[in-house]
Amino acid sequence: MNTRDEKGMTEIVKKISKISSLLMFIFGIYVIVYGHITPGGGFAGGVIMACSLFVLVIANGKGYLAGVFKKGLFSKLDALGASLFAGIAFLGFLGGSFFLNILPKGKPWDVFSAGMIPLCNMSIGLKIFASLFAGFIAITAAKIVKNEKKDGMIYSNEESC
Amino acid sequence: MELYIILIIMIIGSLVAIKTRNILSSILSIGLVGLLLCVAFLYLGAPDIAITQLVVEVVVLIVMLRATINKNIIIIDKTLCFPAIAMVVFIIGFILIFFHRAISDLPEFGRPLMPVSGEYLLSGLEKTGAANIVASIILDFRAYDTLGEATVIFVAIAGAVVLLRKKGKI
Repeated sequence: MNTRDEKGMTEIVKKISKISSLLMFIFGIYVIVYGHITPGGGFAGGVIMACSLFVLVIANGKGYLAGVFKKGLFSKLDALGASLFAGIAFLGFLGGSFFLNILPKGKPWDVFSAGMIPLCNMSIGLKIFASLFAGFIAITAAKIVKNEKKDGMIYSNEESC
Repeated sequence: MELYIILIIMIIGSLVAIKTRNILSSILSIGLVGLLLCVAFLYLGAPDIAITQLVVEVVVLIVMLRATINKNIIIIDKTLCFPAIAMVVFIIGFILIFFHRAISDLPEFGRPLMPVSGEYLLSGLEKTGAANIVASIILDFRAYDTLGEATVIFVAIAGAVVLLRKKGKI
């Protein structure tokens, strides 16, 4: 990688990215919470929340978020979201069957309505946010080993294709 | 009519993405195709999937740019010989014949095959309480599908992280 990836962009871009990433994060939460009323939902909101962190990483360089979060936090959040979604599904057994909507429906067009659908949206959003950011970290932090030979087989991408 | 113009521009963009020699312009043409697909979804009246398409397209563009921009990509520029071209034309023609028979069996546009989807649209609000009909379908009537999708993403990201990590890499 070249030095621009390590140091990031100029000071103006860094400052603006810090402000705008917060707004993007809040907008992602809005899209998730209102997912059962307006277009959007868990998947789109989770991707928007992950985008807000992508902006920070791209503007400030690769190592910017390395010290902020604990190691393995995002894989844990990923697993937490997936198990929350499955747990909500199993909660339906209290009423009789898998994925049954047992909570009260409420009034339409309210934020707290539609029973378990907002909860499903939130768990999916958490899962998508954590998993996309973990994948992005894995892609940007990985280095390609060039022309390394072991046991006579070529493991590098450049030579094998 | 607008939809057909968008589709034609999308086809041109994907052809440019295949044929161009520059990796940056190839990625940008793929981005053009994805964003026009988002506009096409808006014309068809599907804002949910248009939002998802737009956001995912932006993420995919960022990841593709970061993954490819400073790498030496080998471009294969061998031209095909005549038997290979004849083979390709034969296979594509063979596929097109069956494709024509398949799409002539499809139901009319906006007229779904399953009567149960009309039931979803009629009674979605009172049965689930969700004002967004898409949310009520994907998270209540068809929640098994969403559980399967979540599992697919979980497995895909876990596989990608395992393949890309430094420790224990072969």
